[in-house]
Amino acid sequence: MSFSAVNILGTMPEIYLTFFGCILLILETMIPKEKRSWLAYFTIIALVFAMVASIGLNGKGLPLYSGLYIVDPFSNFFKIIIYIAAIITILFSLPYLDQEDIHLGEYYAFILFSVVGMMVMVSAGDLITLFLGIELMSLCFYVLVGLKRDDNRSVEASFKYFLLGSFTAAIFLFGISFLYGAAGTETISGLAGFISNPGTLKPMVMVGMILTLVGFTFKVSAVPFHMWTPDVYEGAPTVVTGFMATAGKIAAFAVFLRVFWVAFSGNRHDWDILIILVSILSMAVGNIVAIMQTNLKRMLAYSSIGHAGYALMALLLPNRESLFALLFYVFTYMFMTVGAFGVILMMRKKGVEGEEIEDFVGLSKRHPIAALVMLIFMFSLAGIPPFGGFLAKFYIFFAVVHAGYTWLAVVGIIFAAIGAYYYLKVVMAMYMKEPNGSVVFHSSLMGRIALALTAGTTVILGVYPAPFVAYIKSSLALFIP
Amino acid sequence: MQMALFAYFGGAVVLSALFVVYFRNPIYSAMSLLAMFMHIAGLYVILEAEFLAGVQLLVYAGAILVLYLFVVMLLNVQSRGRFLQRQTPLVAVIGIFAAVDVIALLLHTRFYPELPAIPHPGVPTLGNSETIGMVLYTQYLFPFEIASLVLLIALVGAIVLAKGKLKYR
Repeated sequence: MSFSAVNILGTMPEIYLTFFGCILLILETMIPKEKRSWLAYFTIIALVFAMVASIGLNGKGLPLYSGLYIVDPFSNFFKIIIYIAAIITILFSLPYLDQEDIHLGEYYAFILFSVVGMMVMVSAGDLITLFLGIELMSLCFYVLVGLKRDDNRSVEASFKYFLLGSFTAAIFLFGISFLYGAAGTETISGLAGFISNPGTLKPMVMVGMILTLVGFTFKVSAVPFHMWTPDVYEGAPTVVTGFMATAGKIAAFAVFLRVFWVAFSGNRHDWDILIILVSILSMAVGNIVAIMQTNLKRMLAYSSIGHAGYALMALLLPNRESLFALLFYVFTYMFMTVGAFGVILMMRKKGVEGEEIEDFVGLSKRHPIAALVMLIFMFSLAGIPPFGGFLAKFYIFFAVVHAGYTWLAVVGIIFAAIGAYYYLKVVMAMYMKEPNGSVVFHSSLMGRIALALTAGTTVILGVYPAPFVAYIKSSLALFIP
Repeated sequence: MQMALFAYFGGAVVLSALFVVYFRNPIYSAMSLLAMFMHIAGLYVILEAEFLAGVQLLVYAGAILVLYLFVVMLLNVQSRGRFLQRQTPLVAVIGIFAAVDVIALLLHTRFYPELPAIPHPGVPTLGNSETIGMVLYTQYLFPFEIASLVLLIALVGAIVLAKGKLKYR
């Protein structure tokens, strides 16, 4: 590789964020404790910087570092969603971190570094870079989940996530070594060339493919590898949960798609049955177990398992329509999920969060705007028409029908109908019952801005999606070096 | 000469691996494991993979085994009485079965039916440490940098999680 400026310019967003993350680690020791909120503003500025840099790279298809890193419209789209999710998370975290007494300066640095990890994931052109990106993201999450060190649930969640995560990382790495052993290359495009004609090494390719599939399904928390999700989502500080459930999962979907559509496109008929199986199981477990939950964070965890099931259906047939459906889905999913967690973290009762469904009873009487915002998120997650979630599901099911799996779309619609029940249960608790208990809705200016942004986008995505559709249509290009 | 060295290192690996299983005191087991790692490094040297041998010593013998010893000493496992661990018959049966399996596989595998041609015979080849260094700092520069970032995060994260109770307000 001859060293050239293109490589540096193409990875400018990552370099910015790493630089600002390191600066944050230093600033944190200099800034007095009362002024910690400056770090939040600084982080937002850093993310905006990186976003501008990414927008500047839009529309280009560049293999950088001799094909190990790919900047294309697809990866830029995901990077921009990840920046937005991170900015919303920072907006939500300002009063929350102080209330929970976990306002560490390192929190912001870890958010930035995990964003770098996700960016490396979505742009990775070879499996080693991909693995390092996943590890960078996960390491940040292990720490962020365990930030509430006095809370047993948080420590347990962090430890459980760490053990299961490292175990899955080992399985994933084992899969990569099988693929490397068979093909002699670990770049995604090199693997694609080998896998379309593997000869006698086909069993090795299959083992490698299944093991990498395990790694990805763990990261998108699809059933059979979903066990960590409810505990970790419940135990983590709610801002972190919102960030993990959106940005982390979306980045995992992006690599899942890139690896399976590019590297494994040659043996599509070997893996589509696995994807169908995982998808149906995720929808079933996610939607049915969620009905029995009384804790809203756990319920949203199961709901996110179900949503992973819907989104996985779009991976079945590699074409533009499925790609559009998946991108629209993750775009909508990000706004409504991070918003729903945002409402939860603003409900306070006696120094702790009001995260039980009980705490939402009669919210419309005491705080009608908060109830309305939560109603928007719940209806959108359930896929009820005037909101973004409906259109997202609609595009997915259409793509699945056009791919020739009409029966799978029917199964998906049945589970979506079952899923609507528990979302409506929350709405019913808010609107149809008399208030009791001592839960207060405690919002700040930044939090209100973030809620307005997420709720507004969720509504606009359902009512007037044309500008978003146009934007997503412009990023439907997967660059293959 | 090579054959004799292989016999020595291979035999020592098998013997020390058996000791790992048979010793009753966990410290002795860990020490036998150390001996096994050393001899595996010797095998790598015979294969002219001196970089791998160095990494084997540094990572396994240096880092992982120290972790083992830490855990063993923290748990304070006591062992009195017997010097060797008694094995159940089931374990012996499974062990023999596995050994027969491996031998059968070794006999049936054709190792390198034809050796690949050595590329560029005229160019003096670098040793494998130099080659790995060249590739790491040129072709794999980007993953290398990300790996350094991963190490930074691990360091800071461990400090954040482990430092004592502080009031952040």
